[in-house]
Amino acid sequence: MNPEIGHYALVLSLAVALLMTVIPAWGARTGDAALMRVGSTLALVLAGFVGLSFATLVVAYVQSDFSVLNVVENSHSAKPLLYRITGTWGNHEGSMLLWVLVLAIFAALVALFGANLPARLKANVLAVQGSVATAFLLFILFTSNPFTRVIPPPAEGQDLNPILQDIGLAIHPPLLYLGYVGFSITFAFAVAALIEGRIDAAWARWVRPWALTAWAFLTLGIAMGSYWAYYELGWGGWWFWDPVENASLMPWFAGTALIHSAVVMEKRDALKVWTVLLAILAFSLSLLGTFLVRSGVLTSVHTFATDPTRGVFILAILVFFIGGSLALYALRAPMLRQGGIFAPVSREGALVLNNLLLTAASAAVLVGTLYPLALEAYNGAKITVGPPYFNLTVGALMLPVAFAMPFGPLLAWKRGDLAGAAQRLMAAFGAAIVIAALAAYAQGGGPVLAPFGMGLAAFVVIGAMAEVIERAGFGRVPRATAFARLRGLPRSVFGGALAHAGVGVCLFGIIAETSWNAERIAGVKVGGSFEVGGYELTLDRLEPRNGPNYRDLVGVFTVRQGGVEMGTIESAKRLFTARNMPTTESGIRTMWFSQLYVSLGDELPGGGVGVRAYWKPFVTLIWIGSLIMALGGALSLSDRRLRVGAPKPAKKPKAKADGASPVPAE
Amino acid sequence: MTRKGRRLLVISCAAGVLFVAAGLVLFALNDTIVFFRSPSEIAAEGTRPGTRLRLGGLVKDGSVQHTDGTHVRFVVTDGGADMGVTYVGLLPDLFREGQGVIAEGVLAPDGSFTADSVLAKHDETYMPKEVADALKKQGVWKEGEGTP
Repeated sequence: MNPEIGHYALVLSLAVALLMTVIPAWGARTGDAALMRVGSTLALVLAGFVGLSFATLVVAYVQSDFSVLNVVENSHSAKPLLYRITGTWGNHEGSMLLWVLVLAIFAALVALFGANLPARLKANVLAVQGSVATAFLLFILFTSNPFTRVIPPPAEGQDLNPILQDIGLAIHPPLLYLGYVGFSITFAFAVAALIEGRIDAAWARWVRPWALTAWAFLTLGIAMGSYWAYYELGWGGWWFWDPVENASLMPWFAGTALIHSAVVMEKRDALKVWTVLLAILAFSLSLLGTFLVRSGVLTSVHTFATDPTRGVFILAILVFFIGGSLALYALRAPMLRQGGIFAPVSREGALVLNNLLLTAASAAVLVGTLYPLALEAYNGAKITVGPPYFNLTVGALMLPVAFAMPFGPLLAWKRGDLAGAAQRLMAAFGAAIVIAALAAYAQGGGPVLAPFGMGLAAFVVIGAMAEVIERAGFGRVPRATAFARLRGLPRSVFGGALAHAGVGVCLFGIIAETSWNAERIAGVKVGGSFEVGGYELTLDRLEPRNGPNYRDLVGVFTVRQGGVEMGTIESAKRLFTARNMPTTESGIRTMWFSQLYVSLGDELPGGGVGVRAYWKPFVTLIWIGSLIMALGGALSLSDRRLRVGAPKPAKKPKAKADGASPVPAE
Repeated sequence: MTRKGRRLLVISCAAGVLFVAAGLVLFALNDTIVFFRSPSEIAAEGTRPGTRLRLGGLVKDGSVQHTDGTHVRFVVTDGGADMGVTYVGLLPDLFREGQGVIAEGVLAPDGSFTADSVLAKHDETYMPKEVADALKKQGVWKEGEGTP
């Protein structure tokens, strides 16, 4: 396919996005139903054109079309097919195109499945979505065109950054973008509601599935990025408090707060103004993340290239959307009528606490991330805000969240019974104490916080089940009745419990890994051994191997525990020949939930090789917990109430037919 | 409790959380920020030993010595001044002589630098921004020249 087709499709997309911004909004203003309906058609056309453009770029990569500058700079004909495809978004231009593609897909989904949205709300949502698309399409066409040609075309490309030549690139960015950009829908809903000056519980019902979808993808994207960094960078760390990681964590906190406050709004018609603000903040933080990553103000693995004009352009987009939406919020929010009052100790009260702590955590991360930039702009001092800052602030704010988490679902709406909830959590609390005692016994001397943290994690996991058990009535009614009730419970109850349990599992992994990990750095000759975390590793041999576009130096280690052979670990130093750039291919052996992690350093002058080995107990629980969280989100999404979406006056047969379609929201 | 009273309670709770969070942030910031310095700046300022710093510059050609498997010594230079660094551990993949590097650690009493982490670039065409600025200050490298 011809790259000019892609370029042309991109220009057409811009025109369509512009129309999509203006026509439905005009229709909503004048009450012209026909104009409002045009929005849906335009959203589908937009998705089509952006999709065509993206597909053209993918084809250029697959065919190694070196007349396209972007392909020359980021691909190589010897690269395996998978990395030629993923290389499409392994660079600035391509990743921005993917960003817009996800945006267009979400707009198309609203158009397709938003049939029961009020026409005016839908038109405004699509118009807002169109305006975001317009801004980013302008950005791509003027500063980051992926279809620029080179004449004459070089014979070979410069290859993709070897760190990115990994299956992680196929998974992490698309998931993360589905999360980031997914919040554009909730943002569009919030702005549309503000434009109309009208908001109600039904609004929360429409918004919740989108917020949940975006949140679940963002959770997966962050977890995947963390695991990728863990095995690829060879330092054995799974979270570095790198500004770019922080950029994804901030919208995650805001999004987590949003999916909780939307529940209050839907069920109790309260916290409206706050929910709208969170919806705006979640996407604003996503935009800020895009700015931090793409503008080059920060140095990180994610910074592909620096070009000042791009930074200024994204900053302008940022100011326009965040400033505009917040100004609109300031103008219109007082018009939104507040409903539902509640006592401080109640389900609402617990959710307010959750929201306060999550937004405070988000703000703490924001301060830590932007403070160095602000200080440098102010007096030129170059500083780093390191992990201790984030561990202290986020840790201190998240501990009460974890502790309060099992209580929340057990409190009644409007007025809750804290003593009653505590009573029902006695079993969980007892189990937590047992686990804390076991942990204290297992570690002997050591950090006091570790047993405490594990007890807390166990409390969260077991406490998460308390609501399900309570609602089914186990212990109060005959077992058969309880099981029958269990089947009748809405799926969102299970989803919530599962997601909460996931948090506990993740917390357990984090605490176990940070308190009990063992590290060993050694120079080892072939035949030599060393010990880490109770395991004995012997370097059997060092052998060179050849790959399609790289050469490996593989170290083969035998693992023994107490003299018994457990298996082997292969760890490699990989040299990518096109860029003459080495990467570490760490060797990992998973034993239950724990991992032995070996990475190779440089070959030593006197023979042998530098080795860094870690014993990481329960480390996989960090990612398994995140998976469970996302799974909980997905389970909640499959709840019939959410699929049906809007509240219906009565159960007509037609409503039932609507509910059967397997779409996230209608 | 009246509606007004409840609202007051919620707002005061919110203010309490925000207050605690702000206190935490200030306390933590005070304690954990690390300044970036180039060798010339350290020489000029007479930084006290024991200060935690991020030292940045180029790895001086021919200065890297592996004393045994894991102990490494090298010299960081910005053209104006040099600083010896000792480090125990594996060097990052892109650590090379003549290339940009950032070492985080503590200034020792003997005037050398004990690093506990060493960061090189993520990409062979990329120079850490702080290092690039420090080198520009010393006139070693100019914008648009490409990475040294």
